[in-house]
Amino acid sequence: MSPKTTSPDKTSPPKAGPSATGPETMTIFSPRVAARFDALVQKYPVRRSALVPMLLYAQDEIGYLSDAVIAEVAERIGITELDVRNVASYYSMLRFKPVGKYNVQVCTNISCMLTGAYELYERFQQELGIGPKGVTSDGVFSLEEVECIGACCWGPAIQVNYDFHDELKPELVAGILDGYRGKAHADAEASHA
Amino acid sequence: MPRLVSHPDEVKIVTRRFGQGAAKIDRYLELGGYAAAKKCLDQGPDWIIEEMKASNLRGRGGAGFPTGLKWSFVPKKSAKPKYVLVNGDESEPGTCKDHLIFLHDPHAVIEGTLIAGLAIGAKLGFIYLRGEYRYLIEIMERAVAEAYERGFLGKNIFGSDTEFQVIVQTGAGAYEVGEESALMESLEGKRGVPRIKPPFPAVVGLYGGPTVINNAETIATVPHVISMGAAAYAAVGSPKNGGTRLFGISGHVERPGVYELPMGYNLKKMIYDVAGGVRGGRRLKAVVPGGSSTPVLLPEEIDIGMDFDQVGKAGSMLGSGGVVVIDDQTCIVEFALRTISFYQHESCGWCIPCREGTDWLKKSLTRFHAGFGEAKDIDNIQYLAENMLGRTFCPLGDAAAMPTLGFVKKFRKEFEDHLNGKPCAFAKHMDLAVV
Repeated sequence: MSPKTTSPDKTSPPKAGPSATGPETMTIFSPRVAARFDALVQKYPVRRSALVPMLLYAQDEIGYLSDAVIAEVAERIGITELDVRNVASYYSMLRFKPVGKYNVQVCTNISCMLTGAYELYERFQQELGIGPKGVTSDGVFSLEEVECIGACCWGPAIQVNYDFHDELKPELVAGILDGYRGKAHADAEASHA
Repeated sequence: MPRLVSHPDEVKIVTRRFGQGAAKIDRYLELGGYAAAKKCLDQGPDWIIEEMKASNLRGRGGAGFPTGLKWSFVPKKSAKPKYVLVNGDESEPGTCKDHLIFLHDPHAVIEGTLIAGLAIGAKLGFIYLRGEYRYLIEIMERAVAEAYERGFLGKNIFGSDTEFQVIVQTGAGAYEVGEESALMESLEGKRGVPRIKPPFPAVVGLYGGPTVINNAETIATVPHVISMGAAAYAAVGSPKNGGTRLFGISGHVERPGVYELPMGYNLKKMIYDVAGGVRGGRRLKAVVPGGSSTPVLLPEEIDIGMDFDQVGKAGSMLGSGGVVVIDDQTCIVEFALRTISFYQHESCGWCIPCREGTDWLKKSLTRFHAGFGEAKDIDNIQYLAENMLGRTFCPLGDAAAMPTLGFVKKFRKEFEDHLNGKPCAFAKHMDLAVV
C-alpha cells in the first residue's frame, strides 16, 4: 500500500508562477527540488523538456511518483496529469509504487549473465528473504532484476539506487547489504535525535 | 570505480587522458584541452567539416555513418535554431565505453559538442546521458559549470561574439531512446517513440530545427581529430575507417575491459592477446562482435579485422564495439532467450512486427529452453525473425531479429538437442531467465 499523500486542490487558482515555492503554497517539492525545477525550465527552449528529469528528481526525494507528485509536475509544466502519466509510464526507472530505501538492481543481461549474475541474484534473494520485486518488511531493501546498466566489462554488476558495485561474487553480497543496513540505521537514529 | 586496463597494442587517442584527473578543468587544460575548439573557432565551419570528412571518422554508436558527411547535411541557413545532440544513452548490452569517457574525460565531450556546434552553426547543445548514469551526470554537470566559468561556453566563447550553450540531460531508463529520433522525443518531454524518416534530423530534428546527433564516443573523438590533424588520425585505422575504437571486451575472458585499438584490429588477437583468452582455460564457443544486436560469430569466423566493412563482410556488424565472448559451457538457447528478453522488454510497441515479434520470440524460446519445444519451433523462430527484418520504423526490430537468426542458423544442432523434453545440458538458470 502506498502511503496516503494529500493531493493539491484542483479547484484552487493556479500558483503565482513556477518559482512560487514558499511555505504558503501547496508544494510537496522540497526547496531543493523546486529550485532545481526552476533552474531547469529556464534553460530549455521548451518548458516541457524538463518533464522527464523533473519526474526522476522528484522521485529521488519522495520515493515514487505519487498522485501528488504527478499533479504538481503537471501543474508546473503546464500539461495534464494524464499527459504526465502517459510519459512516465514509458520509462523503466520511473515507478508508481514505493520501493525500499535501498533498491538493489541486479543486471542479468548477457555480459553479467555470463559472469554469474543469476547466482548473484539468487544470493540476494536468500540474504534478503524476498523474491523478485520484493520489499523487506522493514522497508530498507527492495530487489529487482534489471536490464544492462552499462558496466559490462566489470560484471557481474549491480546498482543500489544510483551506486554501482562491480565485479561481484555471491560471497560479497552479505557485506554489501550490511553496509547499507548500517547507513539506514544511522539515518533512522539521526532522524530520532 | 570501474577498472582501467591497458595493453601494449593500444593506441591511446580518446583514452589518453583517462586516469589523469582530467575531469577537472585545470588538468584538462594542462593536457592540451580546449585548444582544438579555439582552432575551430578561428578556422570556421567549412574547414571543420572538411577536416572531419578527411579523418574518415565514422559514427561510434553502431551505424558507422561518416561524421563529416553527417554534419555537412545540415543546411547553412535555417529559419529555426539548430542543435547538437550528444547521445550518451549507452544501453546496448555489452557496451560500457561511454561510461569511461564521461568518468575520465567529460571536458572532451563538451569540447566535441562545441566543435560540432561551430561546424553547423548551432548555439545550443544537449548531452543526454542514460538515467542510470547519475554519478556520471553529476561529473558532466560539474564539468559544464567549469567550462562556463572559464568562458569556453556561454554568450561569448573565448571572448568572441559567438554563443554556445550546453545542457546536460538525464534519461530515465529506456534503450529505445538511444535511437536518434526517439532521443529527440524524450528531450521534448515525450515518450521515447521513434519518428518516421524522412525528414532526417539534419533537416527537421529537435524542436523541428536542423539537428546533428552523434554518439558520445564520436563527439569525444572530435577534439583529438582536430588536434592531431585529420590525415594523421585517418592513418591510424584501416581504409575508410579512421582512427581507433573503444572496444569493450566482456564475458568469458581473462582480462575484460575497455581497450582502445586501431580500427581493423584483428578480432582473434583481441580476444586471445589483448583480453588474455577464454577464462579458466575453457574453449571458445562464440563471439558477439558489436553489442547484443549483432549476429554471433563462430570461432572459425573471428580471424577478421574489426572495422565496419570487414565485420560486415563476415555477416555481422561492428555495432557499438561491445565484444561479448562466450565459452563452451554456455547454452546458446539460453543466451538467445536472454537476448530476446531484453528486446521484448525494450520494444516501444509502436511497430507491430517488433512488438509482437519480440514477444512471440521470447515465448517460443522460453518454452524451447524449458524443454517443451517442438521441431517446427526452430523453423518458426527463424520465420518470425525473418519477418521482422526491415519492417519497423526504427532499427530495434532488426536488432532483435538479426542476433536471433544468427543463433538459430549457426547453432541449429544445439536447438535440436533441446527437443523432446530433453533438458538443457548446461541448464542453470532455466526458470530464472525471464525478466
